[in-house]
Amino acid sequence: MASLSENPSPSAAALLREVAPAKLDRPVLVENDRSFSWITNKICGIIEERTPLWWWVAFCVSGFVASFCLIGLTYLVATGTGVWGLNNPANWGWAIVNFVFWIGIGHAGTLISAILCLLRQKWRTSINRAAEAMTIFAVVCAGIFPLFHVGRVWFAWWLFPIPNSNAIWPNFKSALLWDVFAVSTYGTVSALFWYVGLIPDLATVRDRAKTKLRQVCYGIFALGWRGSNRHWRNYEMAYLLLAGLSTPLVLSVHTIVSFDFAVSLIPGWHTTIFPPYFVAGAIFSGFGMVLTLMLPLRAIYRLEDLITQYHIDCMCKICLATGSMVGYAYAMEFFIAWYGANPFESFAFVNRAFGPFAWAYWIMIACNVICPQFFWFKACRRNLVLVFILSILINVGMWFERFVIAVTSLSRDFMPTSWGYYSPTVVDIFTYVGTFGVFAVLFLLFLRFLPLMAMAEIKAVTPRADPHHHGH
Amino acid sequence: MASSHYGIIAAFDEPGPLMKAAEQVRDAGYRHWDVITPFPVHGMDGAMGLKRSKVPRITFIGGAIGLATGMALAAYMNWIDYPLIVGGKPFFSPIYAFPVAYELTILLAAFGTIGGMFIFNRLPMLYHPVLKHDHIHRASDDRFYLVIEAADPLYEPAKTRALLDKIGGREIADLED
Repeated sequence: MASLSENPSPSAAALLREVAPAKLDRPVLVENDRSFSWITNKICGIIEERTPLWWWVAFCVSGFVASFCLIGLTYLVATGTGVWGLNNPANWGWAIVNFVFWIGIGHAGTLISAILCLLRQKWRTSINRAAEAMTIFAVVCAGIFPLFHVGRVWFAWWLFPIPNSNAIWPNFKSALLWDVFAVSTYGTVSALFWYVGLIPDLATVRDRAKTKLRQVCYGIFALGWRGSNRHWRNYEMAYLLLAGLSTPLVLSVHTIVSFDFAVSLIPGWHTTIFPPYFVAGAIFSGFGMVLTLMLPLRAIYRLEDLITQYHIDCMCKICLATGSMVGYAYAMEFFIAWYGANPFESFAFVNRAFGPFAWAYWIMIACNVICPQFFWFKACRRNLVLVFILSILINVGMWFERFVIAVTSLSRDFMPTSWGYYSPTVVDIFTYVGTFGVFAVLFLLFLRFLPLMAMAEIKAVTPRADPHHHGH
Repeated sequence: MASSHYGIIAAFDEPGPLMKAAEQVRDAGYRHWDVITPFPVHGMDGAMGLKRSKVPRITFIGGAIGLATGMALAAYMNWIDYPLIVGGKPFFSPIYAFPVAYELTILLAAFGTIGGMFIFNRLPMLYHPVLKHDHIHRASDDRFYLVIEAADPLYEPAKTRALLDKIGGREIADLED
């Protein structure tokens, strides 16, 4: 389209005159027409300045919270998985809920870095680095739960197809094994993608280094990057390919996570809507988390020129779209439960909305379906305090969604004689709360040591990066 | 080549003039030369006369190996080495092996992509003559450089320097190896 409007052929020109397309200005991605060096100084300044006091306070608090996870896990390993609130029939509880919750959060990072890259959404450039960091740290938190739920964690390597003394192999027909491959691939590819994106920026930090130590440390990880166009050519191709690989990856990961449920026969789980519904929910919760993280950072580091209102609008709209998809999926589950005429399936859904866990169900509906509807209104998207609160509520809602799915279906399945109720124990709560500390510690370290935004990519989307740009 | 002279470097302030300069160096017939930019300049590959990157070939090889490995793992482990009966299902079917094969395809294709990028770019390369230039730190910030290597058959110090001057290069300097 760009070539059509810039150099129209005679027939195209006639057509353009006839239809008179509206000239819509693209929103600027960097406010105040900032220069390249302003961008470098702004972002490198964050990691070059003296560590601010708030960072130390936040780091100590996060470290303290993270210690809860350590305590919970130590107690679990020393005693056994009986210390969790699991019972019969609710054989899956907070561990799977927390696992799906954290993996889902990660998905927004991959969506921003991969899918928005393929769709040429240039606004991704100022949030993709932090969102990818969020992805990796969320996968770390997610991985804790399946790793420790095996009970004897020193045998966790049996999950992988490695020859062991029992001379048996994992069952490739099991969705849980698919999950092992999906999540480990996801973690690895996300980390590689992140690192490849970091290389040019690490070179910038290396070139600005004031001390030998900094120069050597960043220099090693920058791999001798020098910005050669012969390198950029391969680099951009590799980046595009990684985006192309990560897109089916991110869709497959949450699809396979949903298979953990959907491949079983439990009423309420055994539905074909699960893969798309889980993917939409994952992106929804992930964008909620990106907003939760980026809004305070924007205020603390005065990044208003780089994360503009346009960026926030875009993220809010994605929350609105995916939140509405999730709402549609909730409705469609009910419809199919009725239309499928399976009494167990119908019961599972009536039980969700009106059974003993109805409180969780209605928290989920309020947070996931009603909250994002505020984002229809420009005034709400511009009220950053409201956006921040809603983004937290979205994550509360998405945690409850996984809780509702996992627990309501299990606690009341086919046989009323085997029904039960599920409540977590203090060990469950410690471990889960602790993962927020782990996440925060990792994210704070990222803020201190790595460039928060992809400088090279931001520079490339400013007007003066265009070789046809004249004057300024 | 025996000398320690690597080439000549010239600075540019804006991507536009750099692109025009690159086109002229290309048209003059130079082959061993490069531009150094803080970000990928759109259209520079054409201006330099560079062909499409070869990274996708390695990606494809990685992906193909991944797919074959995934299928082979499932077939060997659950059918040949230790036939595993689960729910009366066949010992092997590409359907149930697909999720694992799919993930391994992506994993090894990603390794191939990054490995390919490193191989074709000859990274890591912690030492390079260009990095010894006094002002090269600006190249990862906000300046643009054009380097013509002494290894180029057309390279003649005076003539090449004159060309760089004519096409708008500034702060022209020699690079030592």
